[in-house]
Amino acid sequence: MVSALPGIGSAQTRAQEAAERVTDPELPMLTLADLGVLRGVEAKADGAVVVRVTPTYSGCPAMAEMRSRLAAELRAAGFHEVRVKTELQPPWTSDWISEAGRRKLAEHGIAPPGSAPPSDAGPVPLVLSPTRRVVPCPRCGSGDTEELSRFAATSCRALHRCRSCREPFEHFKEI
Amino acid sequence: MNDERISLALGEEGPDDARWAFGTGFEDPLHGIATAVPEGVEAARLAACCAALGDDALVTAQRLAEWCTDAPELEEELALANIGLDLLGQARLLYSRAGQVDGTGRDEDAFAYFRDAADFRNVRLVELPRGDFAFDMVRLLVLSAWRLALFERLAGAADPVLAAIAAKGVKELAYHRQFAAEWVVRLGDGTEESRKRTARALAEVLPWAVELARDEISAPFGADGGEASKALSDVLRQTADAAGLTLPPPAEAPAGTGRSGEHTEHLAPLVGELQSVAREHPGARW
Repeated sequence: MVSALPGIGSAQTRAQEAAERVTDPELPMLTLADLGVLRGVEAKADGAVVVRVTPTYSGCPAMAEMRSRLAAELRAAGFHEVRVKTELQPPWTSDWISEAGRRKLAEHGIAPPGSAPPSDAGPVPLVLSPTRRVVPCPRCGSGDTEELSRFAATSCRALHRCRSCREPFEHFKEI
Repeated sequence: MNDERISLALGEEGPDDARWAFGTGFEDPLHGIATAVPEGVEAARLAACCAALGDDALVTAQRLAEWCTDAPELEEELALANIGLDLLGQARLLYSRAGQVDGTGRDEDAFAYFRDAADFRNVRLVELPRGDFAFDMVRLLVLSAWRLALFERLAGAADPVLAAIAAKGVKELAYHRQFAAEWVVRLGDGTEESRKRTARALAEVLPWAVELARDEISAPFGADGGEASKALSDVLRQTADAAGLTLPPPAEAPAGTGRSGEHTEHLAPLVGELQSVAREHPGARW
C-alpha cells in the first residue's frame, strides 16, 4: 500500500474513516454513520478535527458516550484535537438511517423503520382509529404482527409481537 | 463560548467515565451549539420562557418516574419511563439555554438542583401528586397536547436554539400525546370501574388546565398559551368522543398560577426529593 503524503486530503480521509467506524452504544451493530447521527467530519489545516453529531431524541442518554467514543477513535487515529459539536437543527429523523443500517437492524431482529411522517406539514394530527402500518416480522417475514408497546428498551424502539412465529421483536420507530 | 473542545480527558480516563447523570462532568447538552441571542430577542424573556418550559418538563419527568416498579404492566412502565426521559432531555436543553442567555452562566444542574421550589415556574398541573393510572393518563394527555401545540409554534421562534429544541420536541410529544390519548380511550371505553375513574380524572384535572390557557410565557416567541389551549380542547373533545365520555363543564380555576411562583403544597416535597443527592454532595463526581 502506498502511503499517502501527509496533507489535508489524507487527514480528511483518515478522520472520516475513523469517525465512521464508531458504533452506537445502544445498537452496537450500527455505526453512528449508519444511524445518521454523524452529520459531518472535517479535518482542519491546523490538525484539529471537527465532528458534528445530532441526537436521536432530546433525552438520548447515549450522546455523551457517543462524543467520548468519537474523541477516542479519532485520537487513536492520530488526531490530538477533536471538537464534537451537537446539532439540533434539522432534527434527526429515522429516514437518515442508511440502507446498510436498515439491513443490519433486520439481521439483528429489529424491524427497520418505514418512512417518517413529514415534519413540515403543520400541526401533527391525533389519529385514534386503529389504522396501523403493517410492520413485517424480522424473523419470519409475516405481516401478521401487533404492537405491544410504542416504547421499549430505548426511546427509539417499539415492542411488537409476531402472531405467526409467536416471537416478540422490536421495531425502530419512525420519527 | 467558542466551540469548546470536548474534554479529551474523557478519552484518557476511558469511556467508562462517560456516564450520564448528575456528577459526571457532562454538564452541557448544548455542547458546541452557537449561543448568541439574536437581535430583537429580549434575553430575559427568552430565559424565563426556557426555564419555565424546562420546569414543566422536569417536574413531569419526576412524577412519571414515580411509576417505576408500580405501573400496571411492564410495558407501560417502560413507556412512562421513556416519556419521562424525553422530557428530561427537553428540560436539560431548555435549562442550558436559559443559563446561557440570562447572564448568570448557570448550567442545567444549577436550575434543576440548586433552586428552591419557590423559584420553580412550572404550571401547577404537573406538580399535583400522582393519582391512579387514569388520573396520570388524563394529566399526560392534557400536558402533552398543550405542550405539543406550544412547541409546534415555538419551532418558528426568533431564537434559533429555542426553535431547534421545540422542533425536536414536537416529534417526541406527538408520541406522548398518542400514548396518553389511546389510554384515555381504552379506560373510558373499558370497564365500569375504569370508566368511572377516567370521568373522575377528567373532573379533577381539567380545572388545572385553565392555567394553561392563561399562560403567556411563550407568547413573545410566537406561542400563545390560549391558542395552544384551543388545540388542547380539540384533542380532549376528540378523545372523549372516541371514549364515549362526556367532558365535564368548564370549572373554576384554583387561584394563583405556577408561572408566578404560587405553587401547591405538593411541589416542595417533590423538589426536595429530586435534589437530595445533589445538595448533600455538591460537586460530587462518580
